[in-house]
Amino acid sequence: MDGWHTLTIQSVTENIRDIEEALCEALNKADFPENDIFAVRLALDEALANAIKHGNHYDATKLVSVKYRLTDGGITIVVKDEGAGFNYENLPDPTLPDRLELPSGRGLLLMRSYMDTISFNAKGNEVTMVKGRGKST
Amino acid sequence: MADEQRLLVEAVDDVTVVTFKDKKILDEAVIQEVGDQLFSLVDKQYKTRLLLNFENVEYLSSAALGKLITLNKRVKEENGELKLCNIIPEIYEVFRITKLNRLFEIYEEMEQAVRRFKRREA
Repeated sequence: MDGWHTLTIQSVTENIRDIEEALCEALNKADFPENDIFAVRLALDEALANAIKHGNHYDATKLVSVKYRLTDGGITIVVKDEGAGFNYENLPDPTLPDRLELPSGRGLLLMRSYMDTISFNAKGNEVTMVKGRGKST
Repeated sequence: MADEQRLLVEAVDDVTVVTFKDKKILDEAVIQEVGDQLFSLVDKQYKTRLLLNFENVEYLSSAALGKLITLNKRVKEENGELKLCNIIPEIYEVFRITKLNRLFEIYEEMEQAVRRFKRREA
């Protein structure tokens, strides 16, 4: 299976923890540094919350799939929901002074900050995140 | 309320020090309970001089940040003060990336933060 693992969950936020624990355990076993595990858990949490909340609108009959591949160099994670996708290029900067007090809109910023690369499919319902081993954020 | 208490609440001088018990404030259900308990301090117990102690917190999501922002607004509406302390460097980085370190008053130590609350007029 060329090193890819696939996990699938129903769109219930309680399921996020299981995915996070599975991936963090895999990173731990592969001796990834603590900083990397922190970064991956945070980015994954945001990606899964977005998929369940904004992608699948909490519809428990819809699934979120997580594919990941660990290599000596790092980890690649692909999170996909069954939603209509979103326009990831036009999101406002949540750090602008007039947006700083808004309670939401920071998830993607954190994902971009903590992973090395973030990319979306054309539809916008699948995000691919890459984190190199031992690279500072 | 049958909810598990997620906060340890103590009075230090006339400041209400709130310590998060959870290491991870990530789960939506946990964030909701933490938020409800924080807002209850303001709305039901009229505590408006709040110091949030993050010494146990190892993970924090953007949804949790959203709750803190809403709480900050609520406290300001009551002319109160909200300050944060004991944030580990990894979590402080989350505040720095989101520039929320500019919105919140953040102190390294609890004693230092308590001293920075405005004196109440006698």
